[in-house]
Amino acid sequence: MLSNFQLLVDFPATNVQLLLDGLMIGGIFALAAYGLALVWGVMNVKNLAQGEFVIMGGYIAFFMYRDLGINPLWALPVAGIVMFGIGWLLYGLVIRWVIGRDLFTSLLATFGMAIVISQLLNLVFGPDVQTANSGLGTRLFLGSVTIQEIRVVSLVVAGGLALMVILFMKNSRMGQAIRATAQDPRAAKIMGIDTDRVYAFTYSLNAAICGVAGVLISMIWVIQPFYGIAHSIRSFVIVVAAGLGNLPGVIVSALGLGVLEQYGGFGFGTEFQQAIVVGLLVLVLVIRQIMQARHRQVVQ
Amino acid sequence: MSISRRTLGLYGGIAIASLVAPFVFDTYISQLTVLWVMVLFAITWDAMGGQMGYNSLGNIFFFGAGMYISAVVQIGLHYDVAQYTAAYGAIKVDFTQAQYHVGLVLGTIVAALGSVVLAVVLSWVVFGLRGPYFAIGTLGIALAAGELVGAWEYVGAGSGISLPVFPGEPEVGERFFYFAFFIAAVLSFFFFRWLYGTRFGLAINAIRDDEEKAEAMGIRTMRYKTITWALSAFFLGICGSLFGNYNIFIEPLEVAFATVVFGIPMVVMALLGGKGTLWGPVIGAILYHVIKEATWKYFLGWQWVALGLLIVVTVVFFQQGIMGWAQDKWPELFGIEVEEDSAEGDREAA
Repeated sequence: MLSNFQLLVDFPATNVQLLLDGLMIGGIFALAAYGLALVWGVMNVKNLAQGEFVIMGGYIAFFMYRDLGINPLWALPVAGIVMFGIGWLLYGLVIRWVIGRDLFTSLLATFGMAIVISQLLNLVFGPDVQTANSGLGTRLFLGSVTIQEIRVVSLVVAGGLALMVILFMKNSRMGQAIRATAQDPRAAKIMGIDTDRVYAFTYSLNAAICGVAGVLISMIWVIQPFYGIAHSIRSFVIVVAAGLGNLPGVIVSALGLGVLEQYGGFGFGTEFQQAIVVGLLVLVLVIRQIMQARHRQVVQ
Repeated sequence: MSISRRTLGLYGGIAIASLVAPFVFDTYISQLTVLWVMVLFAITWDAMGGQMGYNSLGNIFFFGAGMYISAVVQIGLHYDVAQYTAAYGAIKVDFTQAQYHVGLVLGTIVAALGSVVLAVVLSWVVFGLRGPYFAIGTLGIALAAGELVGAWEYVGAGSGISLPVFPGEPEVGERFFYFAFFIAAVLSFFFFRWLYGTRFGLAINAIRDDEEKAEAMGIRTMRYKTITWALSAFFLGICGSLFGNYNIFIEPLEVAFATVVFGIPMVVMALLGGKGTLWGPVIGAILYHVIKEATWKYFLGWQWVALGLLIVVTVVFFQQGIMGWAQDKWPELFGIEVEEDSAEGDREAA
């Protein structure tokens, strides 16, 4: 275990490799986390099915790649649109009835949804670990650092999508309506905003963002029906660490998590990778609690 | 607390049915055994979630912890645990009747106490978290424990530990564990039934209804919360220890810290039956278990989809549970007196 960390000192290029890999994966984590923060902030629903949306997007790409023989890069828009529809459907069936109820209800209801989705994926695609091949090559850099072109592409796509969503929230009518509803649903209703539609749109937008993130994950990493929960936990770690409504914070902590996971996986072995993610969640909650305890003392 | 003749009849009926069931329906004995495990799960969860208002998603942690503690004790009495797990079953345990039972009893006691210690230590971490953060934090602990144990070579990592087989006839072993779980579940039921009737029960109800006010009234909320969490852990530790021995083989993700198989259903059973009531969790557990076994039998392959749907439907559309619904419908049966006037007023207001 320690010998692995010694390697990092002996071969500095490994650090560059881990750092780059971490940042590129972290960019995708940021997308799902932003979606979670959006739904959390606007609707006050904690969506534990977040990771399952990501995996669903991944399987859309995998389906196109394996069964239709299409380059999975084309799945980016397709997954976005399909997941938007699925998000709308799930909103009508389940989420609608959860809004305004206590938060535990939303957690448990979305966890139930997560189980259904992952089991359905398992029935359709089987429990094997899959990946979709984009057909792009790898480049050598600095002698020993390899960069897969697809990772660069995915970082660009993730950045572009994030920019699009931010501009959409700032400038479009719907974006303004979403922000107004987040601030004060009752006032928004009085001003003639159809909040039910706003909620449906927000939830679907989240599903679409997750779907695109999933396509990227399927190309640069692996997907499996039951990997969703890890992605959900990652999103929670990122959002809780960043604090709600803190977009730069979400990006920074997502990139940080990506790098940390790469280093942890390298140092302790990949069997600890999931444990690191979940351990970080507990750690973040504990730190948050210590900070709050200090805050309470100051207030007193 | 006076016990009426009707209650006595009810308890007597259930006791007789439970004693006779394993002999009459001996083909279903494994399902009946797991039924008592489920009942215990629901009762211990309800002490936290229903009575104290702290909705934990990670109570399964103590079940798994108890299982592993007991296994290490039982094996460790006679073998080197690290060697035993490293051999992946190449070392065959050969216990005499006495060795087996001493190990089981000792392991269960250590497991129960170990779970209590873990609960007290963890209470420092989790009870500063409120509402949804508490639920996510406890879920995180359960998931983290599964992953960490899965990477821990000493206890066999992902490939688990095989435990000694019950010495004697297999049928006797099955009945032995049926009654072990039955006694554990009944003990926990009567223990919590007694507890809810005391000042302690009132205090944790007060925490559920308004924690700040309870604290202002001089209730040491942290102490009450820790004790309740530890009591839950105590019974779950016992149950985990027994379940490990019943199952013979333990493994971190699917048996011990099985969040999807046991951890979440724990909550759903209590909600289905009606949380915060004495009988609700018991009824919910029985109903859930029957539905689960039926889907296993008739929708094999689709069983988890069906159970996931059951979770969603229960949580979203039927959260008051069966007992809550019955209390609304026939309040007089539960000794709730509804004044005509106020009932009229409620209806008009609605």
